Amino acid sequence: MKKQLFALLFALLPITAFAAGGASVPHSMDPDLTNQESLQNGMQLYVNYCMGCHSMEHQRFARSAEDIGIPQDLVEENLIFSPDLAFNDQMQIAMHGEDGESWFGVAPPDLSLMSRLRGTDYIYSYLLGFYRDPGQPLGVNNTVLEASAMPNVLEPLQGVQEMVCAETDQPVEGQSPDPLSGKYQSCDVLKVTQEGAMDPDEFEEAIYDLTNFLAYAGEPSKLQAQALAPKVLIFIIIFGVVAYFLKREYWRDVH
Amino acid sequence: MANPNKAKAESGVMRWVDDRFPATQMMQDHLTKYYAPKNFNFLYLFGVLALLVLINQILTGVWLTMSYNPSAEGAFDSIEYIMRDVEWGWLIRYLHTTGASAFFVVIYMHMFRALMYGSYKAPRELVWIFGMTIYLALMAEAFMGYLLPWGQMSYWGAQVIISLFSAIPGIGPDLAQWVRGDYLISGITLNRFFALHVVALPIVILALVVLHIIALHEVGSNNPDGVDIKQKKDETGKPLDGIAFHPYYTVKDLVGIAIFLFVFCIVVFYFPEGGGYFIEKPNFEPANPLVTPDHIAPVWYFTPFYAILRAITFSLFGLDAKFLGVVFMGGAIAILFVLPWLDRSPVRSMRYKGWISRTMLALFCISFVILGILGVLPSTEGRTLLAQACTAMYFAFFLLMPIYTRLEKTKPVPERVTG
Repeated sequence: MKKQLFALLFALLPITAFAAGGASVPHSMDPDLTNQESLQNGMQLYVNYCMGCHSMEHQRFARSAEDIGIPQDLVEENLIFSPDLAFNDQMQIAMHGEDGESWFGVAPPDLSLMSRLRGTDYIYSYLLGFYRDPGQPLGVNNTVLEASAMPNVLEPLQGVQEMVCAETDQPVEGQSPDPLSGKYQSCDVLKVTQEGAMDPDEFEEAIYDLTNFLAYAGEPSKLQAQALAPKVLIFIIIFGVVAYFLKREYWRDVH
Repeated sequence: MANPNKAKAESGVMRWVDDRFPATQMMQDHLTKYYAPKNFNFLYLFGVLALLVLINQILTGVWLTMSYNPSAEGAFDSIEYIMRDVEWGWLIRYLHTTGASAFFVVIYMHMFRALMYGSYKAPRELVWIFGMTIYLALMAEAFMGYLLPWGQMSYWGAQVIISLFSAIPGIGPDLAQWVRGDYLISGITLNRFFALHVVALPIVILALVVLHIIALHEVGSNNPDGVDIKQKKDETGKPLDGIAFHPYYTVKDLVGIAIFLFVFCIVVFYFPEGGGYFIEKPNFEPANPLVTPDHIAPVWYFTPFYAILRAITFSLFGLDAKFLGVVFMGGAIAILFVLPWLDRSPVRSMRYKGWISRTMLALFCISFVILGILGVLPSTEGRTLLAQACTAMYFAFFLLMPIYTRLEKTKPVPERVTG
């Protein structure tokens, strides 16, 4: 009986997880907090490209540097631009929320917890999803967040991405694939039409690193948790085994 | 006047204490000479686990309070301060958040055990009622605690639940405002919930736990056979099928505690968000009274009752659907209190009850789980229909109980426990 109950519960779980999602998120991204190089590159990108507008007010420079292995002097020389901020300060920005609101229509959100609020798939897909759209106020649109107020600040790296009609590997609704190539025809294909400083692979890697850093910053304690967990679990197992033999010894006289 | 027959230590410090306080006597009454049936199965573990989780909640709660800022301006930030800047703060907080969900897991198992083996039946009606009152206080405790992180789901979840009061005809809107202390959920609500969550309700819960255990130890524990072990005693007055709680069950419980802690710690260390069910995603965004989340779902342990509330989409006897929903939701909990008087079966345990009782319990549990799942999902027409069917089953289990427990043929109960 109980087994069936659990089976039912688990059968329904994926539905609930699916129902929780909303926007279309084409890419998936698994963070790797053990990859310090990626995290360091991600922090450098974050500070240089995002932190003009997006604060990370719950996270300190020092904590990030310590956790992902950047020496203090390097951080102070290269990653802290404001004379008002010190190594131990939180990653604040100089821009006021009201200014952001009047410039972009909405204040750029703080990104400390964005990876936990939206998930890394969302951030990764969002950052890869910008394309030229002359109909938008800033000339740019996004496949993940329609009419996003954010300008495409990474365009110098990525180059100009446009939405074009082309062949794609992604299945298109109501269309069967071409019998020879197995590809679909779609007019929602993103294509870099004007090269930037990075080629598409390099750019995706950079976005991976940036997203990875945001994943770290959303929950820096995860590093500590993963380091501590095996010790605690091994202790509990040993404790459990001792307790089991103690129980067996005492219960020998219960008939 | 001191009872001269009280157990006392022979000499020494303990004797000095015993002459002034019944320490040895209490130790014997509740541990070393409290005889529990020897045939407990794993379902009997969850009472001890509930106590363990309660202690965890109190200890971690005290330490959270040291760094938490109970104000609308500072609450959200102070949680992140605890998560990042307070030494071991993340661990303390995750132990508390995971503990909240674990509390309901073990309490639901504990209540299921009582339903299985008829632990609510005479003479344990008061044990059951004290237990139900703990459950009620625990729901209030969890609900108020959930507002404290001051995230979007904290805010809007509380908004939805408190607005239920406003469905009460006549006094409703004023009552809801009185509970909030404001026209909408605000820092004032947060402050009073904080006071109730960390001071008032823990005191109530602790007192009720003491009453629950005193009542239990007065009448003795039930067991999977539902046999009264006090009927058969040896010459010293010790039940033949009873064993001393300490050391036998204390050492046995240690094994169960280790298993529980293993699972608990895996969640704390690796899945503290519980897949978005223990800590809901929108709660990583500060409360914003101007922006309603797309989909408001209460935390998982309230969802069966939330689904019952939403299942009532029709008016009846001149009561509108919203108020009727509140009545059904309240009724779903209230009816549990009178359970001891609904069960007319001559036997306690499901082992000796008839097939109708077994089927009804199974259907009840399935309905409860389905309601729990439906409560998380946005409602559709089909789901509402399913929720209505499950709600009907939920109430049928109780309302028909006086009939089916009397009608059905029970099996003979053995004289002694079956091991």
